[in-house]
Amino acid sequence: MEAISIHQDKQTWHAACRVEDIPADGGACALIGGRQIAIFNFSRRGEWYATDNECPHRQQMVLSRGMIGSQGDDPKVACPFHKKTFSLKNGQCLNDDGYRINTFPVKVENGIVYIGV
Amino acid sequence: MNTNTIKHVVVIGNGMVGYKFCEKLIAKQKNEHRFTLTVFGEEPRVAYDRVHLSAYFDGKTADELTLAPTDWYAENGITLFLTDPVVAIDRERKQVRSHHGVVVPYDYLVLATGSGAFVPPVAGVEKDGVFVYRTIEDLDLIQSYARNARAGLTRKGAVLGGGLLGLEAAKALLDLGLDEAHVVEFAPRLMPRQIDDAGSGVLQRQLESLGLTIHLSKSTQQITGDEAITGMQFADGSHLDVDMLIISAGIRPRDELAKASGIDTHARGGILVDDFLQTSDPSIFAIGECAVAHHMIYGLVAPGYEMAEVVASRLMGTEKEFKPFDMSTKLKLIGTDVGSFGDPFASGPNCRTIVYENKAKGVYKRINISADGKELLGGILVGDADQYNMLLQTCKNKTVLPPDPEDLILGSRGGEEAGAGVMALPDDALICSCEAVTKGMLCHEIAENGHTSIDGLKKVTKACTGCGGCTPMVKDLIQSVLKQQGVYVRNVLCEHLEYSRQELLDLIKINGLKTYNAVLDLFGHGDGCEICKPAVASILASLWNENILEKGRATIQDSNDRYLANIQKGGTYSVVPRIPGGEITPDKLIVIGQVAKKYGLYTKITGGQRIDLFGAHVGDLPNIWEELIAAGFESGHAYGKALRTVKSCVGSTWCRFGVQDSVSFAIEVEERYKGIRAPHKLKSAVSGCTRECAEAQSKDFGIIATEKGWNLYVCGNGGIKPQHALLLASDIDKATCIRYIDRFLMFYIKTADPLTRTATWLNKMEGGISYLKAVVVDDVLGIAADLEREMQQLVDTFMCEWTEVVENPHLRQRFAHFVNAPEQKDPAVHFESMRDQKRAREWV
Repeated sequence: MEAISIHQDKQTWHAACRVEDIPADGGACALIGGRQIAIFNFSRRGEWYATDNECPHRQQMVLSRGMIGSQGDDPKVACPFHKKTFSLKNGQCLNDDGYRINTFPVKVENGIVYIGV
Repeated sequence: MNTNTIKHVVVIGNGMVGYKFCEKLIAKQKNEHRFTLTVFGEEPRVAYDRVHLSAYFDGKTADELTLAPTDWYAENGITLFLTDPVVAIDRERKQVRSHHGVVVPYDYLVLATGSGAFVPPVAGVEKDGVFVYRTIEDLDLIQSYARNARAGLTRKGAVLGGGLLGLEAAKALLDLGLDEAHVVEFAPRLMPRQIDDAGSGVLQRQLESLGLTIHLSKSTQQITGDEAITGMQFADGSHLDVDMLIISAGIRPRDELAKASGIDTHARGGILVDDFLQTSDPSIFAIGECAVAHHMIYGLVAPGYEMAEVVASRLMGTEKEFKPFDMSTKLKLIGTDVGSFGDPFASGPNCRTIVYENKAKGVYKRINISADGKELLGGILVGDADQYNMLLQTCKNKTVLPPDPEDLILGSRGGEEAGAGVMALPDDALICSCEAVTKGMLCHEIAENGHTSIDGLKKVTKACTGCGGCTPMVKDLIQSVLKQQGVYVRNVLCEHLEYSRQELLDLIKINGLKTYNAVLDLFGHGDGCEICKPAVASILASLWNENILEKGRATIQDSNDRYLANIQKGGTYSVVPRIPGGEITPDKLIVIGQVAKKYGLYTKITGGQRIDLFGAHVGDLPNIWEELIAAGFESGHAYGKALRTVKSCVGSTWCRFGVQDSVSFAIEVEERYKGIRAPHKLKSAVSGCTRECAEAQSKDFGIIATEKGWNLYVCGNGGIKPQHALLLASDIDKATCIRYIDRFLMFYIKTADPLTRTATWLNKMEGGISYLKAVVVDDVLGIAADLEREMQQLVDTFMCEWTEVVENPHLRQRFAHFVNAPEQKDPAVHFESMRDQKRAREWV
């Protein structure tokens, strides 16, 4: 599937995939403008999140394969390699202050997931 | 409120028992005001802890010894008269008159007049420097007289009486720093009511080593000196020079007021009471050391408190009897523990006695056991009374003794634990006999109400506030309960599922749950995490053995399980086909080589006798497996917390030493247990002879051939902390071996914490390998058949996960790096070359 871009306000919304492409309560990686974005379908909360796919700890492109969950009320993802966990809300690493990832807005329209980059 | 219903209670005596009566009555009538209380005390102080009187010389203040401050009496509406003993009881008018002329009417009168020191009729007891040891005032007098020691006048002191109180007084002499301190006892041994001759001998040596001089079988005839004491003259003609003497030869109940008021008293002293502690005047009760109940005076605080309880209950309308009370006691005498319980002197044909004596250490222990060896009748402990509480409870509860009752006093000497300690006691075992606090009550306060300190428990249960003898046991209880809780707390999976793995497994099983969300919805909160998700995934797999990637289970798997391959540096995966027992045909070897070449994979022989193919892109995994499966391979579960390999040596089919066909058995075992999910990975091996080339003793379960059959070892480990496997059964046939492994694995799967290898699981198991043997081999829990059935069910439902993925387009499409460009590989993956193969690029 081709990435379709829609310019809207200052945000550029990129159609990333169909809703069903991302497993419920899990993630997958989309290639958007040459950039690897991890998209998370937090279906328990009915929420979507998008972050860098790269874990900054060892520069591995794997965050989309991580398990998602929560710490307190904060939604998070755990890197499969060394279990660094990152807030999906602001990208802050929750168990190592030294790391942070980018987060991106997500919207879902007509079964299509859009990422704002 | 109808004021007519309020009765007036007068308590004569403000000692420990008198105070306890007030406390109990106040507590009982908390919500209904039925009584007003008036208390008369002879001493100038409010009730204090007389049991620990000698602590006064240790530096404890009178305030610290006080049981409850004066405010407490006021706050509870108790009218308190101190330094004002009651001098007359008018039973006709039901009123008392005090020394100061206070007249108070009563509906009920409680005599708690206690006792005074018994002073034997020896000539010269009236001389200066002769004291009794009973009140804080006595102690003040002793202290001021002993101050002369500094002026060089008083250098030598003695105590008349080598009983419990006498030795307490002797401690006071030591604390006062006299040059000489003597104990003079009429009987041929110390503490004649509590310990036997041998125990006394050990105690005597201990006390002498601390500077006391002990004189036994000494009948004192006269106290010599003019105004003040200068010495003691004995019946045997000997003489002892002393400058001061403390008489502690027993107690004399304070019954003079009762006698004068026409209340029945015992000829040898003491107010006569019935089982309800009523005197000959039904409105008048007597409690504590002034009362004669069951033909005796109870000179300990615990029975006194029980008497207070009986009368307080009775006044509140609850009929309660005072039953003959256990006079067991434990105390620290001048640093030496002494305990005496049950019938310490039991002897005769219906009794066997076990004695342990260690003169070097100053320890003497004696237990008296019923002739059939089942019951503990009583005993004596000197020098080491650590086991006192356990022994007392064993004695009181008539607990059946272990086969080697000497373990009770000697401790376990090798082998298993003799008893399970304080937690093995029944809930109704009385831990604090002073305050009648049971184990159950304490455990409840510790576990349910969070009172985890001695101070906290003192407040809510009053345990440890009497004689203090139960304090060590209460400490043990706190620790044991906390340990139970601590284990529990530590075992809780995480903030989302506050259960141990074992509890969760049971809950999931009973409720037939098959998805993570169902489990979280029913038993958890929040959205889960990387700890509870794989744990639940493992449980679901162990219980139902359904494909781990179906029904939303893919996203709760750890990355390796989610992609059915091991994630490696750079984000690629490794592929490990199963090679049961390490046996492989040349054709299969060729296929592995071909697949590796086609997909550019690095190959290596693993430690588990199979071949690992590294560097596979996630998108290539289904294709790689499709080719391997076509050649007859199955998943090797190298990615799962499941059986990895069953290593084997070549065994009797080729090896000149082999005694059994280890390869065939290894293949059989591997085929049986492949794919079964467990709390952690499982490794196994089968060796064909005792040379053990397969290193079975380093495995979770290992099998070694013998001439007669097979030896089964369990819970070994390589890893960080290598541990040899332990022998579970020897010389068993294959079928039995499989049965035991079924039970062992299933027991492990059902009870271990997440990510706990079998070795650690065993190390944490109470009873260790003996217990495991009892469960697996002897089936003491009666669960062997269930375990075998559950294992058989897992074996019967085995499916190769990779075969299912390869055949299922829906599952297969998840194996792509880019969801919007499935054909494209991760451009971030880079390899370097090494020794004609490739390797992952080192990360920074």
